[in-house]
Amino acid sequence: MDYQLTEEQQMIRDLARTIAEEKVLPVRAELDEKEEFPTEIMKVMGDSDLFRVFVPEEYEGMGGGVLDECLIIEEISRVCGGVALSYAATLLGTIPILLFGNEEQKQDVLPKIAAGGLAAFALTEASAGSDASNIQTTAVKDGDDYIINGTKQWITNGGNASYYTVIAMTDKDKGSRGASAFIVEAGTPGFTYGKKEKKMGIRSSSTTELIFDNCRVPVKNLLSKEGMGFIVALKTLDLSRPGVAAQAVGIAQGAFEEALKFAKERQQGGQPVIQYQAVQHMLADMAMQVEAARALTYAAARTIDAGAKSYSKEASMAKCFASDVAMRVATDAVQVMGGHGYMREYPVEKMMRDAKITQIYEGTNQIQRNVIAANLIKETLR
Amino acid sequence: MNIVVLIKQVPGSTEIKVDPKTNTLVRDGVEAIVNPFDTYAVEEAVRLKEAQGGTVTVLTMGPPQAAEALKQALSVGADRAILVSDRAFAGADTLATSFTLAAAIRKTGGADIVIAGKQTLDGDTGQVGPEVAMHLKLPFATYVKKIESADGGKLRVERLVEDGYEVLELPTPCVITVVKEINEPRLPSLRGIMAAKKAEIVTWSAADLGEDAKRFGLSGSPTQVVETYVPERVKTGEMITGTVEQQVDRLVEKLKETGVL
Ligand SMILES: Cc1cc2nc3c(=O)[nH]c(=O)nc-3n(C[C@H](O)[C@H](O)[C@H](O)COP(=O)(O)OP(=O)(O)OC[C@H]3O[C@@H](n4cnc5c(N)ncnc54)[C@H](O)[C@@H]3O)c2cc1C
Ligand SMILES: Cc1cc2nc3c(=O)[nH]c(=O)nc-3n(C[C@H](O)[C@H](O)[C@H](O)COP(=O)(O)OP(=O)(O)OC[C@H]3O[C@@H](n4cnc5c(N)ncnc54)[C@H](O)[C@@H]3O)c2cc1C
Repeated sequence: MDYQLTEEQQMIRDLARTIAEEKVLPVRAELDEKEEFPTEIMKVMGDSDLFRVFVPEEYEGMGGGVLDECLIIEEISRVCGGVALSYAATLLGTIPILLFGNEEQKQDVLPKIAAGGLAAFALTEASAGSDASNIQTTAVKDGDDYIINGTKQWITNGGNASYYTVIAMTDKDKGSRGASAFIVEAGTPGFTYGKKEKKMGIRSSSTTELIFDNCRVPVKNLLSKEGMGFIVALKTLDLSRPGVAAQAVGIAQGAFEEALKFAKERQQGGQPVIQYQAVQHMLADMAMQVEAARALTYAAARTIDAGAKSYSKEASMAKCFASDVAMRVATDAVQVMGGHGYMREYPVEKMMRDAKITQIYEGTNQIQRNVIAANLIKETLR
Repeated sequence: MNIVVLIKQVPGSTEIKVDPKTNTLVRDGVEAIVNPFDTYAVEEAVRLKEAQGGTVTVLTMGPPQAAEALKQALSVGADRAILVSDRAFAGADTLATSFTLAAAIRKTGGADIVIAGKQTLDGDTGQVGPEVAMHLKLPFATYVKKIESADGGKLRVERLVEDGYEVLELPTPCVITVVKEINEPRLPSLRGIMAAKKAEIVTWSAADLGEDAKRFGLSGSPTQVVETYVPERVKTGEMITGTVEQQVDRLVEKLKETGVL
């Protein structure tokens, strides 16, 4: 398929692919096995300017768009969805500042992200998953500070990021209008990391608790205004979801390629198994689905890049469709490869484990369908 | 510190195919890459520059498409690129190549250090670096695996030898050729790639070098490549068995048969 990428986009994609194949491929199995954070790879990506792509030029970035981002995430995910997440979650943690930060906040944070610093986004809590409005973490104003108390759960890049965007209640009585978003720097007194999760997949990515115990954050770290917390969160997720879609497309592409290669090599019944029509049809279906997911993802990204005002439906469609495809294609890749596919010696069982998360985080696919449907209904009311 | 790095574009495959009609290398359909050893030369030069300041100039003699190799060097930190290109340079052996490169280095204004790769994937002679040094009348060290220090008009290097390394000190200006143990070349950065794309590549022709034209290319080459081929592997050889006496007898017999004795 010709996606009419600009020359610049092709360069971005090629560089990301080079990094994936030269730096990620040799270590992905080990990082997965040891549940080890890809510190060195993040440094290579930083040195290669890949963190500059999504930062505006005024802040030492390259002012790229969502599609540019997606190309990078897709290429890294094609080799390892876990490594790609450390990068993608930085984008997630940075979007609130890109969208809602004031000049001082941007000057403060963005150049450091552009140079390869990591960020994180902290919304989820033990009692607030899909129902984010139920968060219990509080931020109480005290002079020039807010005092934050509470525990965030399952935060990607926890312990590795330098900057955390944290959603906390500033006024519980106001319900969903009583939340606010704060920038919290690593090392702020009263801010520590709790349990590090042991996961099914994306095991090189760190997922931890963030514990706030009378953590004082200066008022200047408040993003936008008090009460805007959930707006910040929702807009952030809208802009970030095409990235999850790209991660899913990459994982699916990687799994498909492995299965195709294997099917041509594996001999059974005196011929390569790709000669069996049953296997051919599986591969044909996989190829179609991956391409459809990619097309929808790029289309959503382009819609945003073209300046659409509202794009939550498009972003959710891409995220939901692509992640369902990733799960199906990765599962079929294991099937095509039979027992070999099930063994850790081959990469597809990991891809299948990695694919699953894309259906869950940044809103489960049930929630995505809710979002899509809500938009459909809203459109009919216009 | 001014550093000139010599780089050559070569076919990106060690499987050399030869056109049976023309006896020249088949380059069609083979991706052209920067000679791998030269990427280490570029990286070392950029590291020296980053540590001490100065400029890194990359220089190649080759066809117009060799500009791509230069751009690749620019994308990883070289500052300036010069392509020495002219039909008059065609058919150059190592003598004419090094003569031409030396003339070009002089035209750049000279260098404190000239860095080349230890050898190329295609020509494979390993002669160009030392020959450039001789043309420029500069000291040189080959197979450098580490630069220990570069200051005070001196370069202290570790030079790979068969069973270890030797430490040499050279006054600058000088020429070194490097081996892959010297560093791990960085990947390019996006800004580097984009700047390299836009960068202007200076091209010098034979006339620009202002030397005796007879010393360029084929006319300046006492060595002519008559034939290029992949040597056939002939598997002969016979294991001689038996008692020592029997083995000696059989060996002598064999040597007489083949006319060695
Ligand atoms: C590896 C990992 C990394 C994560 N990283 C981050 C991070 O960096 N930052 C962050 O803030 N969060 C993060 N999360 C949290 C993630 O976003 C949530 O897990 C997700 O939103 C779902 O919430 P939950 O797990 O509590 O599921 P629940 O909300 O408990 O859902 C359970 C089931 O009920 C369904 N369900 C729930 N409500 C509805 C509804 N209204 N309609 C239909 N179905 C519904 C769900 O679809 C699901 O099938 C991460 C999670 C994981 C596993
Ligand atoms: C198959 C083949 C066989 C050949 N055999 C001979 C031969 O036996 N004798 C002979 O004299 N010539 C020979 N040549 C020609 C020779 O390749 C050229 O003269 C070539 O320009 C330089 O030699 P090299 O490739 O061996 O370089 P080497 O001496 O192996 O290269 C060492 C370093 O010198 C630098 N360098 C080399 N060439 C250039 C260049 N054009 N521009 C910039 N820097 C450069 C690079 O840093 C390189 O790493 C042969 C060529 C081929 C293709």
